[in-house]
Amino acid sequence: MTRRQAVDTRELRARYPDVFDRPASARLATPAMIVAAFAILIYGLVDLDFSPSRFFAGLSQLGWISLMMIPPDPGSSLPIYLKALGETLSIALLGTTLAAIFALPVSLLAARNVVPSKLLRFPVRRVLDSIRGVDTLIWALVWINVVGLGPFAGVLAIAVSDFGAFGKLFSEAIEAADQKQVEGIRASGGSPLHEIRFGLLPQVLPVIAGQVLYFIESNTRSATIIGIVGAGGIGLQLAEQIRVLEWQKVSFLILMILVAVAAIDFISGKLRFAIIGRRAVA
Amino acid sequence: MTTAVSILPEQQLAVLNAAYRQAVGRRRLRLLLGIAVFAAALLLAAVGAEVNLRTLFTYFGNFISYFDRILTLDNGQRVWTDVGEWLWGWRKWLKMLGETLLISYVGTLIGATLAFCLNFFAAENTSPAPWLRFVVRRLLEFARTVPGIVFALIFVIAFGLGPMAGVLAIAIHSTGALGKLFSEIVENADMKPVEGIRSTGASWLSCMRFAVVPQVTAGYASYALLRFEINVREASVMGFVGAGGIGQELVVAIRKFYYSDVSAILLTIIVTVFIIDISTGWLRGRLFGKEART
Repeated sequence: MTRRQAVDTRELRARYPDVFDRPASARLATPAMIVAAFAILIYGLVDLDFSPSRFFAGLSQLGWISLMMIPPDPGSSLPIYLKALGETLSIALLGTTLAAIFALPVSLLAARNVVPSKLLRFPVRRVLDSIRGVDTLIWALVWINVVGLGPFAGVLAIAVSDFGAFGKLFSEAIEAADQKQVEGIRASGGSPLHEIRFGLLPQVLPVIAGQVLYFIESNTRSATIIGIVGAGGIGLQLAEQIRVLEWQKVSFLILMILVAVAAIDFISGKLRFAIIGRRAVA
Repeated sequence: MTTAVSILPEQQLAVLNAAYRQAVGRRRLRLLLGIAVFAAALLLAAVGAEVNLRTLFTYFGNFISYFDRILTLDNGQRVWTDVGEWLWGWRKWLKMLGETLLISYVGTLIGATLAFCLNFFAAENTSPAPWLRFVVRRLLEFARTVPGIVFALIFVIAFGLGPMAGVLAIAIHSTGALGKLFSEIVENADMKPVEGIRSTGASWLSCMRFAVVPQVTAGYASYALLRFEINVREASVMGFVGAGGIGQELVVAIRKFYYSDVSAILLTIIVTVFIIDISTGWLRGRLFGKEART
């Protein structure tokens, strides 16, 4: 048994030299990358003041906090919380819809097959990128300066930051659309507007509808946090209860958020299947 | 060549036409109904979110003029006329940005490592026991549904102000998000190598190490890089709740109305996010070829 194996390896070595005798650079590349990654990690831990004593002190503190969270209890403020949750859902729905409405025409300008001139497409894309590069929370702070504290600022913040994301996604969907329909309409003498209305939109609308529903889902999550900077919704309540250390209320609010997100996930999943069919959902 | 078009008798045609109209009518009705429900939901939401169009129109000027103000220096000139004055604090800001990047790097790496350890238990085809899979899945779900900044708020109280809270919050959120994606990759992996290794009498651990991991590492690295991009953005706002990074400076500048500082810090954030996006995109292309999924 052992003898046969030894013979086999020698023969294999001769037959596949590149598998057994890889150059040192190829063999060392992976370990070197791993070592470099962990070296930066260690440097980061030191630079960010990760002392073990602080870490374990914090962990025990965290243990206490979790103990105090049990059982979750809204106290007497359940109606306020339900209203705040409704506010959050409203912010997500309105913000996403507004963003989609404004992003659709702009995304046409950013699509290669609609606007062939790079001169126009390039600035539109960079503007969309810049809007996307700024976090929703920052937009919320800007809008609070404009329309004051409250959920309205949240709606506008979500609308603006999603506008950037939708512009990119929609234009990608439009670029992936089949050009044959558009050519057919051009051949029958349709104007560019006809090409978009009858050639492109029927192809991309289901894709877009799926994306919008998905964003309503993920924006329910974003909408729960923009309250932390004062833009309305359940995040406002959450941040307040954390600041005054009412841990039972905090855990109740977190549970509410989890349940709401799960419910929205479920509903929008069903709707997405109904609109675009099971196989198109990526 | 002649083509024959068969002409149906009047009676049959009428029946077919009626059926067609009915089918179209039903579809139209369903669409209209859907639109009506959606509009009603929007209206309800508008009431719930206290939308006030008059406020918007009255103050919309503020939105435009806000950008006008943040693009103006204290001496009334446009910011780009005196770049040195505009970016006066660049040393401090770059340092904070470096901290932001470090927070997201350390957070992503810790999160990816934890997700790597957990995902084999969460995947349907590799999990050793159903109850374990259920527990791990719920755990990951919890970690990614609670927003990172909520974790940060709680951690700031437990661990004190500073980047440590931010790192841990990002690590937990990344564990949840990456754990799900990783386990989906594992579920798509080919199970034949696993069977081959199991047939030699190997343990579960060796099966994972020699049969599954070689198949999935490229996908893991690609998703981890994508997560790093997202986390840079998230780390830029961690400072809002006192969890370190450039967000701290930004929120102070916005709250104290240091207008030109706001635009300068925003500029540095946007440029950093661009650079990270482009370089990770390039890295993904180099490592996994152009066709690697984004």
